Amino acid sequence: MKIAVCIKRVPDMESRFRITGDGKTVDETGLKFDMSDFDGYAVEVALQMTEKLAQGEVVVVSLGPDAVQEALRKALSMGAARAIHLKTDRVPADGFAIATALAAELRSGGYDLIMFGKHAMDSMNGVVGPMTAELLGLPNVNSVSKLEVAGGRGTARRELEGGAEILEFPLPAVVSIDEGIARPRYPSLKGIMAAKKKPLESKPVQLIAPRLEATRTELPPDRQGGRIIGEGAAAVPELIRLLQTEAKVL
Amino acid sequence: MLDFYNIDSLLSEEERAVRDSVRRFVDDNVLPVIGECYVEGRFPKEIVPGLAELGVFGANLPEEYGCAGLNNVAYGLIMQELERGDSGVRSFASVQGALVMYPIYAFGSEEQKRHYLPKMASGEIIGCFGLTEPDYGSNPAGMITMAREQPDGSWVLNGAKMWITNGSTAKVAIVWAKTNDDKDQRSIRGFIVPTNSKGFRAKDQKGKLSLRASDTSELVLEDVRVPADSLLPKSGGLKSPLMCLTQARYGISWGALGAAMACFEEASSYAKTRIMFDRPIGGFQLQQLRLAEMLTEIVKGQLLCVQLGRLKDRGEFTPQQVSLAKRNNVSIATDIARETRRLLGANGILAEYAAMRHMANLESVYTYEGTHDVHTLILGQSVTGLNAFGA
Repeated sequence: MKIAVCIKRVPDMESRFRITGDGKTVDETGLKFDMSDFDGYAVEVALQMTEKLAQGEVVVVSLGPDAVQEALRKALSMGAARAIHLKTDRVPADGFAIATALAAELRSGGYDLIMFGKHAMDSMNGVVGPMTAELLGLPNVNSVSKLEVAGGRGTARRELEGGAEILEFPLPAVVSIDEGIARPRYPSLKGIMAAKKKPLESKPVQLIAPRLEATRTELPPDRQGGRIIGEGAAAVPELIRLLQTEAKVL
Repeated sequence: MLDFYNIDSLLSEEERAVRDSVRRFVDDNVLPVIGECYVEGRFPKEIVPGLAELGVFGANLPEEYGCAGLNNVAYGLIMQELERGDSGVRSFASVQGALVMYPIYAFGSEEQKRHYLPKMASGEIIGCFGLTEPDYGSNPAGMITMAREQPDGSWVLNGAKMWITNGSTAKVAIVWAKTNDDKDQRSIRGFIVPTNSKGFRAKDQKGKLSLRASDTSELVLEDVRVPADSLLPKSGGLKSPLMCLTQARYGISWGALGAAMACFEEASSYAKTRIMFDRPIGGFQLQQLRLAEMLTEIVKGQLLCVQLGRLKDRGEFTPQQVSLAKRNNVSIATDIARETRRLLGANGILAEYAAMRHMANLESVYTYEGTHDVHTLILGQSVTGLNAFGA
């Protein structure tokens, strides 16, 4: 069982964000970064799968500048066997450009499973996984909450509103992982030391011309103070009026 | 977490990774239970397997003995994160690593190292360290515990040890004893004593108002016979246990910062959200002074620790430098915990908040591993060349 897990380095979402001077994106100065949460679940699922089968290897892949190597090494310290860094000067806003580069790398890798988090914690697009699957011509299941493989086939469970869906598919396949499937392990201190000695291959890639461009990024507006319009039952008609005419929620 | 001076830029990626992993472990496993453990007076021993799996015990000892082989800055960051949880949890790890595994590593035979260190790293064997006695705390050279060599090469130990962290939990105790009736401190040797030996008793010390989430015990050794190979062959004189204390004090310098950082986080978040006189109390100058002082002392302490760790990694640090860091960082942490408790007003006395627990804990940390006063004298002696100790 050979599994590739594609991971993304994202800012700690509890940071206080600022926008760059040109208004286009988030200013990375002073931010702390980590592997995206859902990608962490995917790494954990992949590790558990190879550990249970007592064979196979987990390869982690990330695209971006040199800084993404830190996220790759975190996955290595959790137990992945080796890492591939697809080196670009930035992570493009166009998921198709990323998927194209990933598909080119993964096509000849002989992977039984290619895994993603269901979406990145920062961009929340969730498109790179499905696009990669399409480019590779592989079956694709997304937001998977349970995953099993046997006899060259996979079974995945997806949580739906008030129910669940079970899907079967042949391997190789591309799946994206939802939260709650497995708790990512703490990288052990020995694992962190061992990660330094594991292979991390960095190869420059040429991105296709992006078809999307982020033109503006905005922070949510500051919260406005509340307004007291009266007390008791007497205030209700006015409250309803304002909810209808001003807040427009009724 | 507080990093006002971008201390992260002084750390390697691997050191940060170690810190972050332990930080997450503490967030998930220590913080949710520690307040309750403290009130109940119980060490959260359920976290020991997790700590062992993470690899925190003796993390700066070599991989060939089942340890993580980290450098001393990474080791210090572990202590910081553990004490951000609770001084009792950090004490547990300090004792296991710096006071039991370290002496076995430094003074033990190859057989002792191969037998004990992997089992202690994995948490299978928990240890304690018996140096302090009821009447000999700051003056360990005066100890009266005796080990007498028998004609068959075995040893018989008699004496009592007090304030022993992990004393009732431990499977083995490193016991320091004099081996010569002339009471000379040069005859002090270390012994690995199984706590199930006949004549060995550990008694929980009741009534603690500090380090309540930690096992503190009194050890009594009454004609405890141990085989010849229990002796740590390379131990000799008071210098040996003092070398262990230097290791532990190094970790405490970092650990105290963790407690201070936890308090600062609590104080600053409370100051921003607690409304009094229709505005957050953080808007008042008195609270801002508190927060500014806390911030300043923590940043200074962080820089002190990183440099001390780098010196230790280069093998250039002195026990006096460790004394300075322990003395300073524990003292500022004690002040920060107390000021946080005050900033929190009445809420500050509740176990729901961390401040008063840290405040009470740090009084022990201030007192153990060389009291603040003893470190003052060590520094005084270092400056003047004159010994101001009792004798």
